[in-house]
Amino acid sequence: MNSTASRRSFLGFSGASALALGLAACEGGTQPGENPDGAGSANVWILTGGMWPVISDSVSRWNEAHPDQEISVEEFENDAYKERIRTAVGAGQAPTLVLSWGGGTLADYANNDQIIDLSGSTGDLEERLLPSVAQNGQVDGTTYAVPVNDVQPVVLFYNRDIFDEHGLEVPTTYEEMLSVSAELQDNDVLPFALAGASVWPELKWIQYLTDRIGGPEAFQAVLDGEPDAWSHPAFLEATTRIQELVETGAFGDNYASVAADQNADIALVHTGRAAMLLWLSSAYATFRSDAAEFTESALGWTQFPSVEGGAGDPANIVGNPANVFSVSSAASDEEQEAALGWISEQLYDDTQIEEMIAAGAVPPVQGIADQLAESENGDFLTFSYDLASEAPHFQLSWDQALPPGPAQELLTNLSQLFLMQITPEEFVDNMNATL
Amino acid sequence: MALSTDQPDIGTRTTAQRTNSSGSGRGGPSFLMAVPALAFFAAFALIPLGGVVVLSFMEWDGLSSPQWAGLAKWEQTLADPVTRHAMWLTFVFTAVSYVFQAPVALLLGVFMAGRQRYRAFLSVLYFLPLVFSAAAVGITFQSLLDPNFGLSRAFNSEFLGQNWLGDPDLALFVVVFVVAWCFVPLHSLLYQAGVRQIPESLYEAATIDGAGRLARFVNITLPQLRYTIITSSTLMLVGSLTYFDLIFVLTGGGPGGATRILPLDMYLTGFRSYDMGQASAIAVILVAVGLALGLALNRLSGASKMESQQAGL
Repeated sequence: MNSTASRRSFLGFSGASALALGLAACEGGTQPGENPDGAGSANVWILTGGMWPVISDSVSRWNEAHPDQEISVEEFENDAYKERIRTAVGAGQAPTLVLSWGGGTLADYANNDQIIDLSGSTGDLEERLLPSVAQNGQVDGTTYAVPVNDVQPVVLFYNRDIFDEHGLEVPTTYEEMLSVSAELQDNDVLPFALAGASVWPELKWIQYLTDRIGGPEAFQAVLDGEPDAWSHPAFLEATTRIQELVETGAFGDNYASVAADQNADIALVHTGRAAMLLWLSSAYATFRSDAAEFTESALGWTQFPSVEGGAGDPANIVGNPANVFSVSSAASDEEQEAALGWISEQLYDDTQIEEMIAAGAVPPVQGIADQLAESENGDFLTFSYDLASEAPHFQLSWDQALPPGPAQELLTNLSQLFLMQITPEEFVDNMNATL
Repeated sequence: MALSTDQPDIGTRTTAQRTNSSGSGRGGPSFLMAVPALAFFAAFALIPLGGVVVLSFMEWDGLSSPQWAGLAKWEQTLADPVTRHAMWLTFVFTAVSYVFQAPVALLLGVFMAGRQRYRAFLSVLYFLPLVFSAAAVGITFQSLLDPNFGLSRAFNSEFLGQNWLGDPDLALFVVVFVVAWCFVPLHSLLYQAGVRQIPESLYEAATIDGAGRLARFVNITLPQLRYTIITSSTLMLVGSLTYFDLIFVLTGGGPGGATRILPLDMYLTGFRSYDMGQASAIAVILVAVGLALGLALNRLSGASKMESQQAGL
């Protein structure tokens, strides 16, 4: 009696745990790396919105032409993707084409042999790309990734009506920024809209100021992991100027409550409450959709001002050179072949370039200036394209360039710097501790 | 005298016998019926918990294979100023939340327990926040509290245009308020049910004795709600200790770490900095503190020997 009971309970237990395991397996849905339609075919995860439908179109065209090498596409929301991809790659369950932002994450993938060396296997793609953008797919000089979408330099947008009304000139130097900021405040206009609640918009400020003051070498030393690299005088001066801007009211009093997710910072400019905004070029598309008339009549854009006596070339830019695709080393040979085939034959082909330009995105390829100039948003697209193609240096956003741990430290310290909770010296010391 | 002491004795014995007999399983459902539930508990709670404890002794970035790190991650966690600050914040957040939520929920619950029709209608309104998703509430409040385009613009009010979520001294209290807005309904529901259980005759007797409204509340309602207060307090305290989603959406821990409470610190360390070892150590601390708090509340309140409040009625 007793033994039957325990035997039965044992069976019950194992049955239940099998059920539990079954449920756990179901919960994951289609496991990444497996294809729902059949085993062994390649897949790719892309993001939603923006110009991503163009990529999904391109893959559909590939699938029609190569029914034996189909690539399946899954779309993810930006943050959901970022949090999911790393665990998938770590577990050897990555999609065949691994999308990333380059920088520290790409280096992590490459150093752990999670992605394959692409040198020489992407057709003539590398020769067609803008060199400043193509660089972003390299780890220690070896190509591990190719760009896939548009170039997004950070641009200073401004409201032309406000400048005309108060008879002001758009600043071209840091000193002019300070004086324009003071005059705008006298006229009850917020000089710069800044979405401090999201923190990353604050990165654009420290990146540009550091680059203008000390050139790209200052941050390169950080990336190279040189001891005390943050002690470079450019960081101290850039952070001091940031606090000067905050204290003189250039960002107003409540920028730390403004969140970029709701486009509240962009809205400040097109509703005439703020004069200027430092943002990725992709803000142009938001301006167009949120305030088409304003974009047509009063939206202006220019490069970030220079800093007197600074060592950096004022033609340097910061931003997102482009998202990049790598090929997963966990994928089978056939899957890799399909992915590489698509990259070398269809990535930035004529149709994709046309569709991207129509969507208001600038492809990072050479020799498209005429096509851009003729397009609907020609003025702005030409401006961003020239900015990207003529820039001696294109700095990837620091939070992407650094490994994840230090990147988070940077964001925390940066927001405290803007809130005046820490001094520039403390910022430098805290950041040196992450090296 | 002898008789009166005997009688309760007999009563205790019979109840004791009854509890014994149902405990041995002869009369009640078989022990096997609990096996599926226990198996689920083991699979989804105990095994992952064990995994987290093991991970807290490892160095793992989510990509490469985990490396044994001994106590290094624990030392790092306990020395990390961000995590220490998060511990202090969690304490403040839990305390302030409790001090704010408990009286409001109690008073609302007592009010809602009345049988008047307008109170029933208001109860439905009070209940609404409970059914909204935390993410939606977070995004909505973020927009409402936007200093430029939020409530301040709708009502054209200087006061509402404050730097609600951007001022490090203010943000935590705004978060406490929004969290309370979400959770007070649940607790007032508990209190409403509790108050309705109190026999009318107690109030009638008190009224005859000349007790006023306040005296009845202090001498009858509060003592009668004792166990409801314990349940609600446990839920509130342990709940705010592990609260995450709404704050994540509302402030993401900012400005400058002013609302980065421990659960958020755990998430950001694990899934933004990809330091799974430290994140696991923080998780273990949370589990330990949560358990300790739950047990302590139980012990302090004597809930283990819960007895009827209505003997003799």
